[in-house]
Amino acid sequence: MTDDVLVLGGEKFTSRLIMGTGGAPSLEVLDQALEASGTELTTVAMRRLDPESRGSVLELLRVRGIKVLPNTAGCFTAGEAVLTARLAREALETDWVKLEVIADERTLLPDPIETFDAAERLVADGFTVLPYIGDDPALARRLQDAGCAAVMPLGAPIGSGLGIRNPHSIELIVEAATVPVILDAGIGTASDAALAMELGCDAVLLASAVTRAHRPGLMAAAMRQAVTAGRLARLAGRIPRRRYAEASSPARAS
Amino acid sequence: MSRTPPSGVQSGYDVVIVGGGVAGLAAAWRTARRGLSAAVIDPSPGGGATHASAGMLAPVSEVTYTEEPLLRLGLASLAAWPAFRAELEDETGADLDYRTEGTLEVARGADDMAVLDDLAAFERTLGLRVERLTGRECRSFEPMLSPSVRGGLLARDDAWVNPRRVVRALLAAFEKAGGMLVNERVTGIDAQGPGAPRVRLESGGAVTAGQVVVAAGSWSASLLPGLPVRPVKGEILRLRGPRGFLTRCVRGLVHGSPAYLVPRGDGEITLGATTQEMGYDARVTAGGVYELLRDARELVPGITELELAETTTGFRPGTPDNLPLIGPAGPPGVLAATGHGRNGVLLSPVTADAVAAFLTGDEVPPVARFCDPGRFSQ
Repeated sequence: MTDDVLVLGGEKFTSRLIMGTGGAPSLEVLDQALEASGTELTTVAMRRLDPESRGSVLELLRVRGIKVLPNTAGCFTAGEAVLTARLAREALETDWVKLEVIADERTLLPDPIETFDAAERLVADGFTVLPYIGDDPALARRLQDAGCAAVMPLGAPIGSGLGIRNPHSIELIVEAATVPVILDAGIGTASDAALAMELGCDAVLLASAVTRAHRPGLMAAAMRQAVTAGRLARLAGRIPRRRYAEASSPARAS
Repeated sequence: MSRTPPSGVQSGYDVVIVGGGVAGLAAAWRTARRGLSAAVIDPSPGGGATHASAGMLAPVSEVTYTEEPLLRLGLASLAAWPAFRAELEDETGADLDYRTEGTLEVARGADDMAVLDDLAAFERTLGLRVERLTGRECRSFEPMLSPSVRGGLLARDDAWVNPRRVVRALLAAFEKAGGMLVNERVTGIDAQGPGAPRVRLESGGAVTAGQVVVAAGSWSASLLPGLPVRPVKGEILRLRGPRGFLTRCVRGLVHGSPAYLVPRGDGEITLGATTQEMGYDARVTAGGVYELLRDARELVPGITELELAETTTGFRPGTPDNLPLIGPAGPPGVLAATGHGRNGVLLSPVTADAVAAFLTGDEVPPVARFCDPGRFSQ
C-alpha cells in the first residue's frame, strides 16, 4: 500500500489524516497526539497565534516536519478571510490555506456565499485553496470548477462529534469530484473516520475528537488506524448489501 | 521601599531572586525567613502576569484530563494556602481578600451540562468533592445568574484571593524579614567564570550571590536559554459593581470557551480570560474585550450595568506540559522558579517551600518532583 499516496495541491502525502490543533490541554499532549496520528499536514488558526513566537505550535510542527496548513477560522466575511490568508502567506511562506468562513457562532456552519467569494479571489491570487463547506454537492462542484485544490465537506458541525449525518451527500460529492474530498468536522470517534474513507473521501481532517478525548494520544492512534482501515476497505470494494443470507461456502461452485 | 544599588558589583547576598511576581516574592519571603540574606531584583514587582491574574485557587474546578500531576500539585498548594495567608496577614496586617466560598461552574444547555457531568464523574474518580446542582439551586446560590442556566457543579474546596494584595503583602513581609528589593531590570546571568553566578543589571552594575533564583515568568527563557517557557497572552477585564453582586467564583463554558467571574470583597469583579500564542503583543484587542463581555453576559446578564474599570494584558509563563519549572536549572548555583502558567498564585506556597528547601539543602516537598526543570531533556 506504500504506493497509495494522496496527491493534494501537487504534493504527495502518505498519511490521509489531517490534524487540527485546537482544544489540546497542553503542547506536550498535542505533540504526543500528532506523533501518534502519523499526520503529515496540520492546520493552525492564524488569528490566534504569532508566527514569530518561540516554543509555540508552529515550532512543534517544524520539529516534527509536519506541513503547516494555515486556516482562516474566526472569519465571518470573505474580506476577512482573504486578508487572513494573505497575512498567513507572508508570515509562513506558504500559499496553502484552509478557507473557513463561518455563518454564525452558534452552529459554526460555513457561509457558502462568502466562502465561494473568498475562494475565487484566493485562487486568482495564486493560493492553494482548501475550502471548508457544508455537505452540499452543488457547491462542492462549483468550488472545484473555480480552481480549489480540494473540497472539504463537513460530516456534522465543528466540535459536535455527531459523525457523518448525511453519508449520501458525501457520496454524491465524491462521485462528482475532480479534486480530493476531505471530510472536515463532525468526527466523534474512530468509526466515523473509517466511514468517511469507506464513502470514498480521500482524507479526513479532525481536531476535537482527539484533543478533547480523555486520552488524546490513544485516540490519535485509533484515528490513524481507522483512516487506514477505511481507505483499504474502499479500495478493496465492499460486497453488496442483501436482504437475506447467502451461504459463504456454496454447495455448487460457480 | 525601593532601592537602587550603587554602580559596580554588589556582593554578599546568599540568594538573589530575579523577578518579583507572586512566585518570586513568595520564594524570597520564605528564603529570608530561613535566615538567608536575600535580594529581589525587579523594575516593577507584581507588574507582570500577577498583575493580570484573577487569583483563583481552584484546582478542583480546573482539573483537566491528562493533567493529574498538576492537580496533585495544586491540591498540595491549596492545602498550604490557609497557613500561608494567616502568616502573611499576621506579619503585615494586610487583608488578602482570601475567600473560600468555592467555585460554581454552570452550564446553559444540555450539551454543556453533559460536559459538566463528564467532568464531575472524572473529579469523583480522583477523589474530589463536587456537588451536582439544578439550575434553580445554582440561582438560589447566585441570584444574578442567567435563567438559562440549566445546572452546575459546586466545588466547595476551591478558594480565591486578590493577587495584587498578595504581592504588596509579600513585599512588606520580605522587607520586614530583612530582604532587599532592587528596582532594576536584569539583562543577563553569568553562570560561568569568577564570581559566578552573577546577575547583570541594565544600569551597568552587577550583583553576585551564592545562589540565583530565576523567577522572571515568561521572560525567564531570555535569562536561561533553552528553558522551556513561553509567553501565553491573556486579556482580562475588571468591572466595578455593588458589593455582594456575586458571592462565589462563577465559571461556565460559553461557545466552547471557558469564562469566569471572580468577585472581590469591595465589589470588583474580574472577568477572564483570553488565551493566545501571540508572543509579547501587549495590546488589548477589541475582539478580546468583546468576547469576554459577551461570554460573561451569557452567564450573568446584569454585568452590563457595571463600570468597566480596567482592561489588562498579561503573559502567563507557559510550559509544554503546563507544570512549573522549579529547582536546579543547569548552571551551578542557578535555580528556576517559573512556568506556572495560569496557576502562579495558587502554586506560590508550594513553590516557595520547594525553592527555600533547594536553597538550604533541606528535604524538598514530594510534589515538587513533578517540576524538575530538566524533565524535558531526559
